[in-house]
Amino acid sequence: MKDRDLIFEKSRPGKKGYSLPELDVPQKQDLLPENLQRKNPAPLPEVAEGEVLRHYINLSQLNHSVDNGFYPLGSCTMKYNPKINEDVSRLPGFAELHPYQSEEMTQGALKLMAELEKYLCEIGGMDRVTLQPAAGAHGELAGLMLIRAYHRHRGQDHRKKIIIPDSGHGTNPASVTMCGYETVEIPSDDKGCIDLEALKEVLDDKVAGIMLTNPNTLGFYEENISEVCRLVHESGGLLYYDGANANAIMGYSRPGDMGFDILHFNLHKTFGTPHGGGGPGSGPVGVKDKLVPFLPNPMIEEEDGKYFLDYDRPQSIGRVRSFFGNFGVLVKAFTYIRMLGAEGLKQVSEDAVLNANYIMEKLAKSYHLKYHRNCMHEFVLSGKKQKDEHGVTTTDIVKNLLDHGIHPPTVYFPLIVEEAMMIEPTETESKETLDEFVAVMEKIAKMAEEDPEKLKEAPYTTPVRRLDEAGAARNPILKWEPKG
Amino acid sequence: MNHQFLPNNEESRQEMLKSLGLNSIEELFGCCIPENVRFKGKLNLPKPLSELEARRLLTQIANVNQPASELVSFLGGGVADHYIPASVNHIISRSEFYTAYTPYQAEVSQGTLQNIFEFQTLICMLTGMDVANASMYDGASALAEAVLMASSVSRQNKIVISQTVNPQYRETVQTYARATGLEIVEIPHKDGQTDLEAMEEAIDDKTAAIAFQSPNFFGIIEDPFPISKLKEKGKKTLLISVVDPLSLGVIVPPGDYDADIVLGEGQPMGNPVSFGGPHLGFFAAREKLIRKMPGRLIGQTEDVDGKRGFVMTLQTREQHIRRHRATSNICTNQALNALAAASYLNLMGKKGIQEVAHQCLQKANYLKEKIDALPGYSIPFNGPIFKEFAVKANRPFQEVQKVLVDKGFLPGIHLEPYYEGMDDWFLVCVTEKRTREEMDRFAAGLEGV
Repeated sequence: MKDRDLIFEKSRPGKKGYSLPELDVPQKQDLLPENLQRKNPAPLPEVAEGEVLRHYINLSQLNHSVDNGFYPLGSCTMKYNPKINEDVSRLPGFAELHPYQSEEMTQGALKLMAELEKYLCEIGGMDRVTLQPAAGAHGELAGLMLIRAYHRHRGQDHRKKIIIPDSGHGTNPASVTMCGYETVEIPSDDKGCIDLEALKEVLDDKVAGIMLTNPNTLGFYEENISEVCRLVHESGGLLYYDGANANAIMGYSRPGDMGFDILHFNLHKTFGTPHGGGGPGSGPVGVKDKLVPFLPNPMIEEEDGKYFLDYDRPQSIGRVRSFFGNFGVLVKAFTYIRMLGAEGLKQVSEDAVLNANYIMEKLAKSYHLKYHRNCMHEFVLSGKKQKDEHGVTTTDIVKNLLDHGIHPPTVYFPLIVEEAMMIEPTETESKETLDEFVAVMEKIAKMAEEDPEKLKEAPYTTPVRRLDEAGAARNPILKWEPKG
Repeated sequence: MNHQFLPNNEESRQEMLKSLGLNSIEELFGCCIPENVRFKGKLNLPKPLSELEARRLLTQIANVNQPASELVSFLGGGVADHYIPASVNHIISRSEFYTAYTPYQAEVSQGTLQNIFEFQTLICMLTGMDVANASMYDGASALAEAVLMASSVSRQNKIVISQTVNPQYRETVQTYARATGLEIVEIPHKDGQTDLEAMEEAIDDKTAAIAFQSPNFFGIIEDPFPISKLKEKGKKTLLISVVDPLSLGVIVPPGDYDADIVLGEGQPMGNPVSFGGPHLGFFAAREKLIRKMPGRLIGQTEDVDGKRGFVMTLQTREQHIRRHRATSNICTNQALNALAAASYLNLMGKKGIQEVAHQCLQKANYLKEKIDALPGYSIPFNGPIFKEFAVKANRPFQEVQKVLVDKGFLPGIHLEPYYEGMDDWFLVCVTEKRTREEMDRFAAGLEGV
């Protein structure tokens, strides 16, 4: 029996979970004018320390996580998160460093960030990197602001169109809108790559740039990438690389060499920092020389072995958040890169790609594969066959995975594959785990033939079963309220 | 190469290649990546380190820093050194929480989902608002998102913002505004508080929102009631209030003065200062604005057996469904930092949040009076303060700082970079962690400069 009550339902008057020293200064009245005082205390719960702990430990056990099972969530790169990173990011020299301390007192932190910038430049083939953006989507927004600033500087602010393939991540068009740009979507060709003819048709002097993921969300390396870059540059646009899938190419191909002008990395995907249940991430943005003047303030510079923060950058887009970035995450990514080095990162990509191809070929026997050719680090399987033949949907299939202790792939994305299941095993899963996954998927395919009705009711063994999402949206209950 | 993070050995790799009909990994990459974009060299990175070497290196780097905890810190400015109950770190160290991702599969994410639902509730309790989201990147970007949201709700373009709002927040708003074409009008301060007359003058039919902060960047608790009244001068003008969450233990909550959007930096709730991040922004609003809110929302529902459960809801606002028509591009939030904040609030509880706020208020005022009495220093502003206050010295702050650091203190934040003509001014922050003895020594240190 798991205790599932809300913390508020466990509250009893007078209990407490903290202790503070007694106030050691003479207490003064009238420090707050009457009208500025809080009349009714915030009704926070009253619970003892051990009860709070038990509450959260019980909650934690309702989660699936990388540390308790396979998590092939496509494009999210749910790889193992090394434990040393958790330890070192908590060292007092990092965790207890205040962002308003002087440069003299924070040389270690500044050096770490400057070094990490160099590594990311090298891996991405870029000239400079800002570590400020807090997540991938935040990096995209900053990157688009850089594109805007670049064109504006050149008197080309009439360029308002950003091209995005129909396989692009949903964040791409959302970021485009936030930046005052409009999205122009282009279709993929029959091999799942950018349709060059469709691209040529939309290229004109209104184009500010193009946002691409490479390998794309189907898991394919864009084979015409050089030509795409040439065409976009020729029309005066810039190329933005969404680094969501960078785990596939480390040491094998660099966005800067492909011809991209801007990229963002997701440190929480490629460089092993934990996803935290949905943040904190980190989305550093790298650029080629021509865009460096526009990068957010401040940049970290070095002179005679001394690091400093440079705010004297008049063309900068400004800051996109407080301080210097999700520093604690940067410490983890730095440590990860140092423990793997060039050879290790290359091996990471090799194993990630090999793992994906291995299960793709096995699963192609029992499931539909719209594009059947070698993939990179992920591939998109389809539940079309099961749906057409047995009325079993992709949702039904993946809900059955839950009963086997496996987290489902990303589903119904990309939109161009019917009943899509986007599967990314990552390099930190063993062949044994992959074989087990394949066996479970085959078993489900068989059940779809033999007992489809049973599949449609799954999951059976999870802490809760299928939830009424429509009801939740129709009648939103977004907080707990006391009864009566 | 075999590595502790990589579970496949050579034998497994060979078997997998064989099952694909390939002889080498090179064949696999060779058929995917065109020759002209193949990286031929070896990445120029330092050689791989063992775990021991990595730990040694990172410890060395950390030791080059002189963390605030080794000195007596009076640094604030939105991020401050508050008490963090020991259990908070143990809770966020559960790998079922930190190695999970966005709760796309609700059936196996109830831990994350219920926690966010509780976090939303706690933020509503604290702020007195109707709804709160699952968190934002930080206070600064939360304000930028609030401004965009207000513009979208009112379909107006002008934002009136007080200069007593944290300068980094205003810089962030300016960055977002330049990209989206919003007009930002900054209102100067008068005696350390928003110049109400100037603010009133700036508000017109085109004003989407008024944004102010209380306690403001100078630490002063601004009277929110007259500011709230200024909304009436606009047409659909919204009131955006930036608050220190801990101050709400003693200060009137924004729900009591008709704020429309409330946000702030959540670091003081259970998160270490960590050189400025990762922290979290919290974000709350009135019910009628729900569908325009950025960020994730978690709602309560039932499963097929009638059991209570939680799901991501109102996702039609979000980028993965709505694409270019989304209310914001935010997808992840700062879930683990929000978990720290929620556990902090649950541990502190109804009494603790009041006590912490009371101690900040009392101690900050104690030190303020003490410094005011020192020769060579004055307290330039009159308003009531919560945990921070501005000090004016009779010499440039750099000189004060140098002497005080040598004595083991971080005396505060220099105000000149943010407010012109304040070269002698600095901002002092006193949390519940400071003791009377530390403050007395600090005052003596200041006197000795």
